[in-house]
Amino acid sequence: MSTQASRTAARLMISPAVLLLLGWMIIPLGMTLWFSLQRYNLLMPGMESFTGFDNYTYFLTDPAFGAAIFNTLALVLGVLTITTVGGLLLALLLDQPFWGQGVVRVLVIAPFFVMPTVSALVWKNMFMNPVNGVFAHLAKSVGLQPYDFLSQSPLASIVLIVSWQWLPFATLILLTALQSLDSEQLEAAEMDGAGPISRFVHVMLPHLARAITVVVLIQTIFLLSTFAEILVTTNGGPGTASTTLTYLVYIQSLLQYDVGTGAAGGIIAVILANIVAIFLMRMIGKNLEA
Amino acid sequence: MARAVSSRRKALVTVIAWTIGLAIFFPILWTAILSFKSEGNAIASPLTVLTTPFTLESYETVQERSNYFGHFWNSVVISLGSTLLALVIAIPAAWAMAFVPGRRTKDLLMWMLSTKMMPAVGVLVPIYLIFRDLGLLDTRTGLVVVLMLMNLPIVVWMLYTYFREIPGEILEAARMDGATLKDELIHVLTPMAVPGIASTLLLNIILAWNEAFWTLNLTAAKAAPLTAFIASYSSPEGLFYAKLSAASTLAIAPILILGWFSQKQLVRGLTFGAVK
Repeated sequence: MSTQASRTAARLMISPAVLLLLGWMIIPLGMTLWFSLQRYNLLMPGMESFTGFDNYTYFLTDPAFGAAIFNTLALVLGVLTITTVGGLLLALLLDQPFWGQGVVRVLVIAPFFVMPTVSALVWKNMFMNPVNGVFAHLAKSVGLQPYDFLSQSPLASIVLIVSWQWLPFATLILLTALQSLDSEQLEAAEMDGAGPISRFVHVMLPHLARAITVVVLIQTIFLLSTFAEILVTTNGGPGTASTTLTYLVYIQSLLQYDVGTGAAGGIIAVILANIVAIFLMRMIGKNLEA
Repeated sequence: MARAVSSRRKALVTVIAWTIGLAIFFPILWTAILSFKSEGNAIASPLTVLTTPFTLESYETVQERSNYFGHFWNSVVISLGSTLLALVIAIPAAWAMAFVPGRRTKDLLMWMLSTKMMPAVGVLVPIYLIFRDLGLLDTRTGLVVVLMLMNLPIVVWMLYTYFREIPGEILEAARMDGATLKDELIHVLTPMAVPGIASTLLLNIILAWNEAFWTLNLTAAKAAPLTAFIASYSSPEGLFYAKLSAASTLAIAPILILGWFSQKQLVRGLTFGAVK
């Protein structure tokens, strides 16, 4: 049905989007790669010189790098565990018939729409503050010493804040997937004498496998870039206790003006994200064929 | 008997679900409550707070002291501007891919998606330097462009999944009836495409409104949208609970309302059609 003319028209219609994205990807990424091989500090203009892989060596051997990798993994895995398990349980609960289903659903997904800086500051001040926060008041009312969350367990506190933001996402997607499950299949399993646990393991879980994978992969991509929550709560500290890879690159390039090292860190972050992305793309690609 | 059990079970599920729902929503609710309290009352213990009188003074001071609505307007311009620009570029592309698919359409879509996987820090340095050299730092124009590029892959994808559901036979039928290309566009395709475009618009405004990497790194004061403005409360202004709450409530209320309308589209948009 498509003629030569319509193909040409189609190409013309697609090209602005393609050219823009190509520019957006190749120009800055090429520059980052180039900077990462240079000695380049914004505080020392005119001193740029080629240094090969020195920036990588410097970034990778910086003690903060090890801490950043550990913190990034802890943050990503912590949030993934809480949101996936919590989201699954919550989705199973919300899938049951009860009064006010629509309202509860709305309440549960609300945190997803709160901007990261607001949610981080609300948690930091109104809840985790050791003097006036809700948790401090609760602790005092039962005679306990208030706990200073963000200085004593900075990373765990950030995991909690970020999990609160992402729990709705996992819940919503798993609930959507759960609702597309054929109820006849469940009834058939019940007729065959399968109990609730065996129904969950043998019927629901396989049906949800795909949605769970999507939740894990998409969240990983976003979680690797967690930034605002760290910036407004702990600034990566105390020390490097809550510095992630993204935050370390930000410190190197925009706070210490060391463009070369920051760029090397950026390239390392891109490589790590790509490893995750490859798996995600395979999943979505399969769906396109279906 | 079975009925009684199921109704008791329903009551139990209702109690558990509402308790969890309210617990998850509580931080938002609490922020809204504190925003109507005076600064002195807002730091009292939770039960005392509830008994103190309501006041609008925090909303007034937030506006007086910090030009709140200037930042609010920046958020509106940036999220709406970047979304509309993305739509203008994405609609023709998604259209062509859905109705005139070629051999490479699928590869092209996957490649677009891959640009979204690139972590922002990977290009932070060059974008910052390019912006500095072009005088785009702390301008709304700069942010409109960056956020448009950031969300363009999602917009193309969402539109593509919607357009693909429009049956091609309808076009052929219209053509048989003697419709011209113009008729086809205006009377047949547009009405069918509007719902998909509208939900794409909605989701993208939400994403742009809450974007907090580029908005924080590329703005200072003038063009700062609400994400960056609220971040200025991180210290020591954060100690002003009532004002922080008022600023936060105003910042999240509009998007919360839009968000509740777009629940269904959210799943499709954020999973690139992998879960519907």
